[in-house]
Amino acid sequence: MAEIVSLSQAVRQAIHDGDAVAMEGFTHLIPFAAGHEVIRQRRRELTLIRMTPDLIYDQLIGAGCARKLVFSWGGNPGVGSLHRFRDAVQRGWPTPLEIEEHSHAGMANRYVAGASGLPFAVLRGYNGTDLYRQETLGNGRGGTTIRPVTCPFTGEQLTAVAAIRPDVAVIHAQRADRFGNVQFWGITGVQKEAVLASRRSVATVEEIVDALEPRPGAMVLPSWTVSYVAQVPGGAHPSYALGYSARDNGYYLAWDAIGRDRAAFTCWLEENVYS
Amino acid sequence: MTSQAGTNHADVSELGYSADEMMTVSAARALRDGMTCFVGIGLPSAAANLARATHAPGLVLIYESGAIGAKPNGLPLSIGDGILAETADAVVSVPEIFNYWLQPGRIDVGFLSAAQVDKFGNINTTVIGGDYRNPAVRLPGAGGAPEIAASCREVIVVVRQTIRSFVERVDFVTSVGYGSGPGDRERLGLTGSGPKKIITDLGVLEPDPATLEFTLTGMYPGVSVPAVRERTGWDLAVAAEPELIATPSTAELDALRRLEGSDHDD
Repeated sequence: MAEIVSLSQAVRQAIHDGDAVAMEGFTHLIPFAAGHEVIRQRRRELTLIRMTPDLIYDQLIGAGCARKLVFSWGGNPGVGSLHRFRDAVQRGWPTPLEIEEHSHAGMANRYVAGASGLPFAVLRGYNGTDLYRQETLGNGRGGTTIRPVTCPFTGEQLTAVAAIRPDVAVIHAQRADRFGNVQFWGITGVQKEAVLASRRSVATVEEIVDALEPRPGAMVLPSWTVSYVAQVPGGAHPSYALGYSARDNGYYLAWDAIGRDRAAFTCWLEENVYS
Repeated sequence: MTSQAGTNHADVSELGYSADEMMTVSAARALRDGMTCFVGIGLPSAAANLARATHAPGLVLIYESGAIGAKPNGLPLSIGDGILAETADAVVSVPEIFNYWLQPGRIDVGFLSAAQVDKFGNINTTVIGGDYRNPAVRLPGAGGAPEIAASCREVIVVVRQTIRSFVERVDFVTSVGYGSGPGDRERLGLTGSGPKKIITDLGVLEPDPATLEFTLTGMYPGVSVPAVRERTGWDLAVAAEPELIATPSTAELDALRRLEGSDHDD
């Protein structure tokens, strides 16, 4: 059964230094408030996993929380680059960042394998790309997350991707009930898979209600699949929660100038996260 | 306001439209009514939405966030803006959009952009210069593009043409066009037929049927062959009689500017 706790308690109990953490939410329902709490609690050496690192991981990387990033698209959607991510990869600031890079289809399937309790997933993908070459040849370690696989029925050559099994998944959802059943709808991304693939999980929610009303197209994660639930209204800002808030596109545009400059970023961190 | 998601028309010429607007209109014309289109963000999204607002009202827009049949009335900034989910025929999870919808080859056309594109239509959105572990410029990466390029029945690339973006061979193959030439897609088992057009702010390039090398087949009014070659990093072949592409109609320009929320009063 999920425990209903404060955000700081959820982060303290679920996320530890060195953990592999997947904060998911595909443009919609990104758990920004939880990310900021991780920065405030000064977690270090995290492996951050996320299809689209977005501003939330730009902020965690810039704050020095990450050792490694596992991802498939690291930009500021519709705006440009993630400059803290770039600074870490190109210049090792504030600390060097190891990367493990995939396509969206590969990452999505890796989560599906994790949620399914399987060691890998199969897809038609990566053939002919340097992503494949990089993973299988380029780094000398050889095929740690992407390898060819032959279909046992047809003989077709397909691609296997290794399962993702994070220590912790963190998501934001519209609602939970007081038993900790979590409900979310709209663009649902890979949140269900991320939670089911992880050992522990944290869901922040817009509101905790007495009983969940069924909604068309909504996903429900039963209380016994979630470790901690915390009520954090607006916890997805500047992302959004359909039915509660709109995406703050102005914030994403303004982030470009803040993220571009180490001093501006450090100042932003002091004023908006640590204080 | 100028739109970061779509074209910018900072330099509207005496003709009454900018090179970016010409490119977006040209790309929109490549989409036919009733097609299913997997839409990348930025230039492709602007063009796909323009097509739906003009000659192709039945165009089915599919976004990697899981929105199928999205009908936004303005340009979304991201591929996951609320307007896409609210207006879609269906919203599915991210594993589902890639596994059930894209992978089996159900989608007619993939609409992509690029940081670099080469003469065989291979796309780079990962790193430029240096080596992979120590790049001169780190770009956002793959996103949905590798499988869009592999599995859509055909692909159209929309990209501004510069000497740095149009290269002999991309620094990193993020998404495969024709690889290193004829036979490569078949050898790699890629199910879609590959890139059919590269639409730029100068004109249109299409693959030569024999060599699959991208060849200049159309130009916009006021653009010359030497001007295009000057902004191409390989020895560009030119069709015997390149098409002169029609200027944007008033209806096309009005629709594009309405989508972008730009009134051009200044």
